[in-house]
Amino acid sequence: MMKANPKGILSGTHNLSGSEACVEGALAAGCRFFSGYPIQPAIEIMQRFLARAPQVGATFIQMEDEISAIAALLGAVWTGKKGVTATSGPGFSLMMENLGLGVMLETPCVIVNVQRAGPSTGIPNRPGQGDMMQARWGSHGDYEIIALSPSSPQEMFDFTIKAFNLSERYRVPVALMSDEYVAHLREKVVISPASEIKLEPRRYYEGPKDKYLPFKRDEDFVPRMVDIGNGYKFHVTGLTHDERGYPIMSEECQEFNVHSIVRKIRRHADRIFEVQEAETDDAEIVIVSYGVTSRVALKAMEQARESGMRVGSLKLITVWPFPEKRVAELAKKVKAFLVPEMNYGQIVFEVERCSYGNANIVFIPYGEKEVDDPDDLLSAIKQAIREKKPRKGIIEYNK
Amino acid sequence: MGSLKTIESKEVHPMDNLLRMDRIPHIWCPGCGIGLAVSAFANALEKAKIDLNKVCIVSGIGCTGRVAGYVKLDSFHTTHGRAIPFATGIKLGNPKLKVVVFSGDGDLISIGGNHFIHAARRNIDMLVICVNNFIYAMTGGQVAPTTPLAAYATTSPYGCVEPPFNIPYIADSSGAVYVARWTALHIRRLTNSMAEALNKTGFSVVEVISPCATYYSRINRLGDGLDMMKFYHDNSEIRHWEDTKNLDIGFQTKITVGKFVDRERPTYNESYNKWLSGIRGAQDEG
Amino acid sequence: MNPITNGSLGLGVLKMKADPRDVNTGVYYIDGDVAAGQGALAAGCKFIGGYPITPSTEAAEAFARIAPQAGAMFIQMEDELASIAAVVGASWAGVKSMTITSGPGFSLMMESIGFGAMLETPFVLLNIQRAGPSTGVPTKTGQADMMQSRWGSHGDYEIIVISPDSPQEMFDYTIKAFNLAERYRCPVMVMADECVGHMTEKVAIPPADEIEVEPRRFYDGKINEYLPFRPGEDLVPRMAKAGDGHKLYITGLIHDERGYPIKNEEYKSTYTKRLVDKIRLNKEKIIELIEEETDDAEVVVVSYGISSRVAVKGIEKAREKGIKVGSLRLITVWPFPDAKIAELAKTVKAFVVPEINYGQIVFEVERCSYGEANVVLVPHGGGGVHNPDDMFDAIEYASKEKKRIEGTIEYKTRLEKSVFEEGGKLQE
Repeated sequence: MMKANPKGILSGTHNLSGSEACVEGALAAGCRFFSGYPIQPAIEIMQRFLARAPQVGATFIQMEDEISAIAALLGAVWTGKKGVTATSGPGFSLMMENLGLGVMLETPCVIVNVQRAGPSTGIPNRPGQGDMMQARWGSHGDYEIIALSPSSPQEMFDFTIKAFNLSERYRVPVALMSDEYVAHLREKVVISPASEIKLEPRRYYEGPKDKYLPFKRDEDFVPRMVDIGNGYKFHVTGLTHDERGYPIMSEECQEFNVHSIVRKIRRHADRIFEVQEAETDDAEIVIVSYGVTSRVALKAMEQARESGMRVGSLKLITVWPFPEKRVAELAKKVKAFLVPEMNYGQIVFEVERCSYGNANIVFIPYGEKEVDDPDDLLSAIKQAIREKKPRKGIIEYNK
Repeated sequence: MGSLKTIESKEVHPMDNLLRMDRIPHIWCPGCGIGLAVSAFANALEKAKIDLNKVCIVSGIGCTGRVAGYVKLDSFHTTHGRAIPFATGIKLGNPKLKVVVFSGDGDLISIGGNHFIHAARRNIDMLVICVNNFIYAMTGGQVAPTTPLAAYATTSPYGCVEPPFNIPYIADSSGAVYVARWTALHIRRLTNSMAEALNKTGFSVVEVISPCATYYSRINRLGDGLDMMKFYHDNSEIRHWEDTKNLDIGFQTKITVGKFVDRERPTYNESYNKWLSGIRGAQDEG
Repeated sequence: MNPITNGSLGLGVLKMKADPRDVNTGVYYIDGDVAAGQGALAAGCKFIGGYPITPSTEAAEAFARIAPQAGAMFIQMEDELASIAAVVGASWAGVKSMTITSGPGFSLMMESIGFGAMLETPFVLLNIQRAGPSTGVPTKTGQADMMQSRWGSHGDYEIIVISPDSPQEMFDYTIKAFNLAERYRCPVMVMADECVGHMTEKVAIPPADEIEVEPRRFYDGKINEYLPFRPGEDLVPRMAKAGDGHKLYITGLIHDERGYPIKNEEYKSTYTKRLVDKIRLNKEKIIELIEEETDDAEVVVVSYGISSRVAVKGIEKAREKGIKVGSLRLITVWPFPDAKIAELAKTVKAFVVPEINYGQIVFEVERCSYGEANVVLVPHGGGGVHNPDDMFDAIEYASKEKKRIEGTIEYKTRLEKSVFEEGGKLQE
């Protein structure tokens, strides 16, 4: 780990929106490249980065579409820069092919998705959480990705730094799955002094130039990277390749390649997961939430506890890889998991999968009412506590 | 195919330091012009006297897209149509690098068409070498936006009904600062153009008309690679500074070659840096 | 070719026979891609917008050749994004339309797939899957886009996915796909793979009057009373087309029954919930499975596409050795047969799921087992099909394993062992 470079870090206490905090987090992490395309509600991230770019010496470009935005991002990262792009649902969908290229070339980068109500054009200035499964499965072929879900402007700052660190550590694109509500919300954000911000350095190769193998894995199963322009004359391709980076069109190489990309993350899943638990020790009901719905989950949990109900909260900081083991453990102890999401069921299916039938699963669709209105969640908690029968399948909360 | 054996030899081919010899033999067919374009490029690199460590090559998908895998520079084989934006990212990430995009007509002007005109408009400092064989060869001979009217391809089995693009015209009208076209036959002039373009600052395009013996000329009964070269010999006309409007290529019509555009315009980096330094007199880290 | 099916196309629907102009009746020896092209034509497809991508191109080429006979059109667009956009447009012009692609092209199409789902546009997308991710191995097989077909676009929506395992099925299921698309006004994906696409086998194309084709359910009431998104039978609205005089307003923004975008403050979940309910509530009518010998089975092999063909050998060997193994072949992979898996989980010891990927549909099987059966994945990175001996070994292991193991058990195949444990043979 290394310390952050103080240049560009606005240490201190601020009142920032989620979008602004995200940009500050990127700059604090040392990010100096942004390529993007205007899309609601991610425009503020773009504008702020542009405004800050001259102050910190960063490069900004608005590309002709989202596809070229992510392509340019990948290119810039290979010159040694840390890079970020910000988009929303429709743009995220357009980025899927090149996301696959990022995974295949094992390029560290951060993609911020400020989710909006969908599908399709949806409602551009309304929050949503409908892209969560897409973050995991949106591109073709087998791969693994890391996705984080911030629930406040402070977390937008902190998790953006975390996203950069994870992307460098595991040489993988990391998706920061935010949403319109948190992006536009203004709250207190504390930015630490540079000396307290820990950054993951890029894992560079340090051996003789003519012996460099772009995809030879180190002891962590992560290959070492180089920058363009330093005489390595390396080749990387989106085709299935061996350690030299050269394409080999055989079944064995395909097995080797897929296995490597997938195992790289699965092997370290235990170190990558991050959850925040509250009052789960004696809980009958645990609310599993992530992102914006964590705000209402915590509110509901507190109110339920005040009424004497034994409710706990499992907040997912990393949504992918999914914290299977923790959910499986808790499932054996609790009566039910309640999953509030601003969609028609996405992460709740993962909760169902990892419960192995040991707990009821109640899904509460959020989105119609105000995002921080706990009423629906509270009635769902009451219903779930009263429920005597173990029921298979997802129980959809109905008022 | 068995593993490759290195043959010890005292004589080293002059291009060995420019090609990934461990990947030779390459995949291109007998009668293909891409190899000629690569030879010209390798010679141009030497002629241009630029630091090879600072040159990187980006290609897309297709037969020409495989070039990145054979040239010994920092090379990237990226997604279909997105070589130019990928290269834009590289250039912006490290403006000291010389970026070359080496790809085919389908990759650059069909799926990549939008990115081509934008990079030209912005005048991103990069060299685009477009090998035009009038067809989608890698995927089996489908029609391309450069396929001449009435020519056959597997997805225009009754003859192409669409008029083709004129690549120099698009490049010129979008703002490219250097535009030249040669056929694979004009090896020396092509090499000189490439060397010139490598030393040119701004969005430069060199189109290389190339035979495709396996698909284009075979499906259209034009013979093999050598027959196409003979055709180029008999039918190309060198007209430097010709108005790019007049450079259309019809089915087995004359091909106008030469250098058509060579001008100056501020590059994207220059304009960007000007803006950067104009704002609060900030220091540029880059 | 007569599976025991659990699906039907619903009652009260006016069926139609295929137009003889569209059907090239006869017995052929063609590959899966070409058979799909013939199937599309027979189903009444009049527009294919495509872009060449290995290994799907033969289907586009075949359609380009036969299209003129039926007054159909093929156009090669400038890329996949343009192709799918053109397909959605053509559908709104009133014609049945389809596009053909593979992994990377499929990824490019995601935004427009969501658009098509939002507008409730019937169209068919044929994905001849190849080894991935990214550019991968274009000429070899894979089954790793299965989860992508369900979740690839942003927001909530549901689609139908069919998985053929032979050229004959490529013909038949392409027609089925068109019929389902019209019935439920949604995108339907035929998720084939390179192996099936490039496999050459006998394909029998029946006479036109033996092929059932679902006509587009056009609105036939008064012009100024048409509501493009008012739910009709089975929650499916009646469709119209441009040029009928309805002055349609069709947008991807969240819209009301008139098609007009609603204001943020007027948002109600009912506007978009119907999109997912349309498929979820009609699941039982859509799902199609082939079940064999599952009644007293200890182990059930759950498979789809080309892997189900390879699994046959593994199952045969297991039965010879006396293992009570049943087979559940998913014809429709999405919507997923939750209820069937949950039911079988109660009686079997384990599910064995062979897929040419590192775990996709197996997670659905795991989810719907509720911990009542072991779930064994037989993975394959792609670039080829499974070794049937691995299938057998996995079945044998599953039948012998006494412990209830939580989570997906990944079976280590011979291929994996040969690549990783013996230093591997990676040179071409």
